[in-house]
Amino acid sequence: MASSWKWKWRPLSKLARNFASSALVVAEHGGGSVKNGSISAVAAAAAVLGDSSPVTLLLAGSGGSELDAAIQHASSAHPAVSQVLVARSPLLGQPLAEPWAELLVQAQKKGNYSHIFAASSSFGKDVLPRAAALLGVSPITDVTRTIDQHTYIRPIYAGNAMATVRFKGSGPCIVSIRATSFPAVPGLALTGVGHPSIVDFDASSLSSEAIGKSKWIGLASQQTERPELGAAKIVISGGRGLKSAENFELLEKLADKLGAAVGASRAAVDAGFVPNDMQIGQTGKIVAPELYIAVGISGAIQHLAGIKDSKVIVAINKDRDAPIFQVADYGLAMDLFEALPELVAKVPSKRL
Amino acid sequence: MKVMVAVKRVVDYAVKVRIKADKSGVETSNTKMSMNPFCEIAVEEALRIKEAGRASEVVVVSMGGEQCVETIRTGLAMGADRGLHVITQDSSSLFPLAVAKLLQALVSSEQPRLLLLGKQAIDDDCNQTGQMVAGLLGWPQATFASKVSISDDKESVCVEREVDGGIETIQLQLPAVVTADLRLNTPRYATLPNIMKAKKKSIQRVTPEELNVVIGSDLEVLEVTEPPKRKAGVMVASVDELLDKLKNEARVF
Repeated sequence: MASSWKWKWRPLSKLARNFASSALVVAEHGGGSVKNGSISAVAAAAAVLGDSSPVTLLLAGSGGSELDAAIQHASSAHPAVSQVLVARSPLLGQPLAEPWAELLVQAQKKGNYSHIFAASSSFGKDVLPRAAALLGVSPITDVTRTIDQHTYIRPIYAGNAMATVRFKGSGPCIVSIRATSFPAVPGLALTGVGHPSIVDFDASSLSSEAIGKSKWIGLASQQTERPELGAAKIVISGGRGLKSAENFELLEKLADKLGAAVGASRAAVDAGFVPNDMQIGQTGKIVAPELYIAVGISGAIQHLAGIKDSKVIVAINKDRDAPIFQVADYGLAMDLFEALPELVAKVPSKRL
Repeated sequence: MKVMVAVKRVVDYAVKVRIKADKSGVETSNTKMSMNPFCEIAVEEALRIKEAGRASEVVVVSMGGEQCVETIRTGLAMGADRGLHVITQDSSSLFPLAVAKLLQALVSSEQPRLLLLGKQAIDDDCNQTGQMVAGLLGWPQATFASKVSISDDKESVCVEREVDGGIETIQLQLPAVVTADLRLNTPRYATLPNIMKAKKKSIQRVTPEELNVVIGSDLEVLEVTEPPKRKAGVMVASVDELLDKLKNEARVF
């Protein structure tokens, strides 16, 4: 009996693209779930490659229930994920660049992806360029817009200029994305859409000259119930004008009432008012909340680099000539020590 | 032990850059240029390591056209012992991967035990070179360092790093690559006697050909444009007015 074939005609370019494109997204996870930045990286990969190209999410760790929970989360984190690749090794229990870069090299050799994506987090910044060099290609980092599979836009000069960069090499196109530019819509994952396969990646032969030469000692971080800076809808930030660490409590009161995250300018961190992970700016964190309130911040170029994509910027500073007012949508030239208590009293409570 | 520091000449951090009309890049002629601030911090750290008796020599290296020499001299004026200039025709074709390959070649011949760099250049904001050269060298890396402590036996270095979650501490076996973050130190100003002394210190010139490195690039900058402009804002006179605007105009509440 002759078998009957049903052919669906597809445009040749789309067919070629399907053959050629596939993305590996290097994900970070914590507390049993995939980090938002990594989901943004999936969104970016999907945007660039189109619906029919496979996106593989790479999750790794030393094993255990947190990793297992992250794998579960990964399976429904974004509809574009077609495979969750899991690597377990004691070498991958901490975010050390040497074993992770080697993992990427091995995963690339096995999977031959056309693209490798990651979020431009401190982990992505640490690992991706090392992996790229090992793979013999230049990465394109901190991308804010994708044009096509090999063309991306990234900020330079603290975001005062945008560079459109094209990758013309042979080898994987390695891209890190600025998570705030590729919002990962929560709840986007629909049931019944794409059940990715979960595949184990054999990480037992991870070895390189550098592996074993670095040792993770510890992480000192502040415990907070406030939302994460990169994902918060409202961010309230303090600068040198706060004058002391104690005065940051005024900001915290306002943040608590609004359900906001608290950030700081470099000057405030340098002065020791707050720890480094609150720094917003060119070399700190990039935020793009619905509302950014800058209190006692002058508005140096380097700080503005971290807040330019905020929907609404409010500035409170008693110096009318502070550069921050040039970028603020609403500026209040008032002593922050008078303005803050009044704001705390009058602002609507957003606490759920 | 020898410490090598790679430094870059960039548009001064205080300059408000202008984009060229033909969108080919940013205007750099007639613009104040300086050593990249993160590179200054890296040089300062190398000098402190030497002053603490952990290193015997600090070599400053830079790549690009003739003007690099000024930047190397600044490093020498701060206190570095000698300079290395990799002379290339055109600085704009020096993407991080090319710089990393050149550094790899220099490291093979100079054999430093520690390679220090700034974490990123404030012009391209890449934050890649240190990581890439560490990969090419097969050396461990510690990026975004806020504290660097070389062990007494000079076999390892303990580094505190500024990461998203706070301060991470890692320990690396030497030789290693470390990139400097803002709070690692406050760089010294070059004193006049040191500026004079620097004139006598040697700067060795070498070409990529002599290092057996082919400068190519798999990247192309198609254009450089203005970032999206925000529309002008307004000043409000009171907290009440601010809250009213936020609620009724911006609708964020």
